[in-house]
Amino acid sequence: MATENEIIQQLADKAYEFGFETTIDMEVAPPGLDEDIIRFISAKKEEPEWLLEWRLKAYRAFTKMKMPDWQHFKMPEIDFQQLSYYAAPKNQAKYNSLDEVDPELLRTFEKLGIPLDEQKALSGVAVDAVFDSVSVATTFRKELAEKGVIFCSFGEAVKEHPELVKQYLGSVVPHSDNIFAALNAAVFSDGSFVYIPKGVRCPMELSTYFRINARNTGQFERTLIVADEGAYVSYLEGCTAPMRDENQLHAAVVEIVALENAEVKYSTVQNWYPGDKEGKGGIYNFVTKRGICKGAKAKISWTQVETGSAITWKYPSVILAGDNSVGEFYSVAVTSNLQQADTGTKMFHIGKNTRSHIISKGISAGRSQNVYRGLVTVGPKATHARNFTQCDSLLIGDRCGAHTFPYIESKNPTAMIEHEATTSKIGEDQVFYLNARGIDTEQAVALIVNGYAKEVLNQLPMEFAVEAQKLLSITLEGSVG
Amino acid sequence: MMLNINDLQARVEEKAILKGINLQINPGEVHAIMGPNGSGKSSLASVLAGRESYEVTGGSVTFDGKDLLDMSPEVRAREGLFLAFQYPVEIPGVSNMQFLKAAVTEHRAHKGLPPFTPKEFLAFVKEKQQLVQFDSQLMNRSLNEGFSGGEKKRNEILQLAMLEPKLSILDETDSGLDIDALRIVSEGVNKLRSKDNAFLIITHYQRLLDYIVPDFVHVLYNGRIVRSGTRELALELEEKGYDWLKEEMHLQEPVQ
Repeated sequence: MATENEIIQQLADKAYEFGFETTIDMEVAPPGLDEDIIRFISAKKEEPEWLLEWRLKAYRAFTKMKMPDWQHFKMPEIDFQQLSYYAAPKNQAKYNSLDEVDPELLRTFEKLGIPLDEQKALSGVAVDAVFDSVSVATTFRKELAEKGVIFCSFGEAVKEHPELVKQYLGSVVPHSDNIFAALNAAVFSDGSFVYIPKGVRCPMELSTYFRINARNTGQFERTLIVADEGAYVSYLEGCTAPMRDENQLHAAVVEIVALENAEVKYSTVQNWYPGDKEGKGGIYNFVTKRGICKGAKAKISWTQVETGSAITWKYPSVILAGDNSVGEFYSVAVTSNLQQADTGTKMFHIGKNTRSHIISKGISAGRSQNVYRGLVTVGPKATHARNFTQCDSLLIGDRCGAHTFPYIESKNPTAMIEHEATTSKIGEDQVFYLNARGIDTEQAVALIVNGYAKEVLNQLPMEFAVEAQKLLSITLEGSVG
Repeated sequence: MMLNINDLQARVEEKAILKGINLQINPGEVHAIMGPNGSGKSSLASVLAGRESYEVTGGSVTFDGKDLLDMSPEVRAREGLFLAFQYPVEIPGVSNMQFLKAAVTEHRAHKGLPPFTPKEFLAFVKEKQQLVQFDSQLMNRSLNEGFSGGEKKRNEILQLAMLEPKLSILDETDSGLDIDALRIVSEGVNKLRSKDNAFLIITHYQRLLDYIVPDFVHVLYNGRIVRSGTRELALELEEKGYDWLKEEMHLQEPVQ
């Protein structure tokens, strides 16, 4: 009879499912970061002068910034001069139709379960596929255009809708917000752009799938979502990367603008390569995500399922500027082996009667460290602001850690702020009970963990909730100790 | 013979709990194990179901001719050994239905059968639910979470009905039940009795045995079966309590 420890070991040894590499001719810029490379990227993308200027401004801010030191993990040394800031499949800079895309690329996405052929695609989900620095294809554009919905790569948006981009780019995450946001603003390659016009309910889920493939490159994509008055959109991002011994940097920025009565639901299923069981390799996932409820009664909801990356460091946030606006954050963050996560959210209550709801479920296994860090601020004008935070930690085994750092700052006496926190361990009794019903330990842990995370998984669009459940099970299989 | 326990010895940490148990159970039989608190009754149930904290230090157990002690707990279950827990655990977020589906699917796979279709499963659940009078409202609630003591025990009997085991061990199923719940649970068990299955009922009180009438009664004391008999033995214990037994035993045991 295999002991639990043996089972843990077997499963820890299990290979990362998405770790394959695509062989394709790439154009990769030489390593190094200076104004020239920024001009090179901007020229490659045929950008207008104002955008180049914005990039350069960000770069200059970046050079003056220092690495933060408050995070609860050992900050790895990152030599920005050793990274390459541009990588794109060679033969075609821009694809007019799927027929022009290298079949190897299409096969890559198919292997990842993201067919770009609309005939085969999941109905009801439009996908923008980003491979290293370039958007490969965006599906269902015609159907979306009929409703006036713009869903395209960031590069195209700059060319075709410059007024919208110019108005909103950097309006939520300024170019000098933090060191990685500044780096992103300087060198961002591509990403997705979404605009939902007034009163339109986007007829399908929108989704961006990010794939890092090239070696020694960082991935710096930028997403901008604008929901005009009364609009609604549900957006999902997914991501994977090959298994490599060296670490790779992913420093993305996501900005969301919700005008009066608009609602944006943003879901992430993050499955970047986490490194091997000794902690070698893996993605540094240092991402800035922020939304603003600009108008009254606007609503922004973040849902994240974080299972990958060597280090996950991000705080999807909401600025509740409009009166009666609502911000939500639902998170499941799983760490196993030597993974580290320092994640949570920030809710800034500025308008009257603003409400925020935070549900965070941390799961730590192996020798990993899992941190919830959250900030709730209530400004002097935010009368009757309400916040509810629930922050649960689940420990699997006795060599991992769970930490909670909630910060609350209220400048308004009418605010109501609640914080609940629990820490629990997967009980041997629970596992044995399921064993005694014929359910093996792997599946027992999967059931228990999915039950624990259910409140958050329920927030995901249905198609992805199933995928996320599977992912949670795979990440944690057998890690009971 | 369905179950053959031969000189079974086990310990928890360094403490010897079972000190040489011998017991044979045939299909169609109902055995009761009685004994004072701390005599090793529940330990015997745990060892048979394969709880990891118990270490078997000697003896053997065969179940339908196979070496039971060599199997993992889940394989024992799939082979047809069922333990109704004295304290069923709660699992938040996992619905009773989801849990039962997973358990039934594993049992069927073990027999080489495909999983039930959702429709077949619902029909199967409904049939068993009615058989053991289980409240259908509880099916979509989280497993045992917020269930009353009686509801938890009835849920154990529902699982027993659904998994159709060869041998069911009821570990103090009567504890914490009022008289109505006791009756309903017992009726459920009686409906499930057949010539092909067997029951091992662990209880402190003879009360349960008024409802589920055993073929054999064994008295466990200090890790050994010290007396076996029929129904009358249970009544005798009810009348006289366990103290006389203890005294008798101490007289027999050499002073250490």
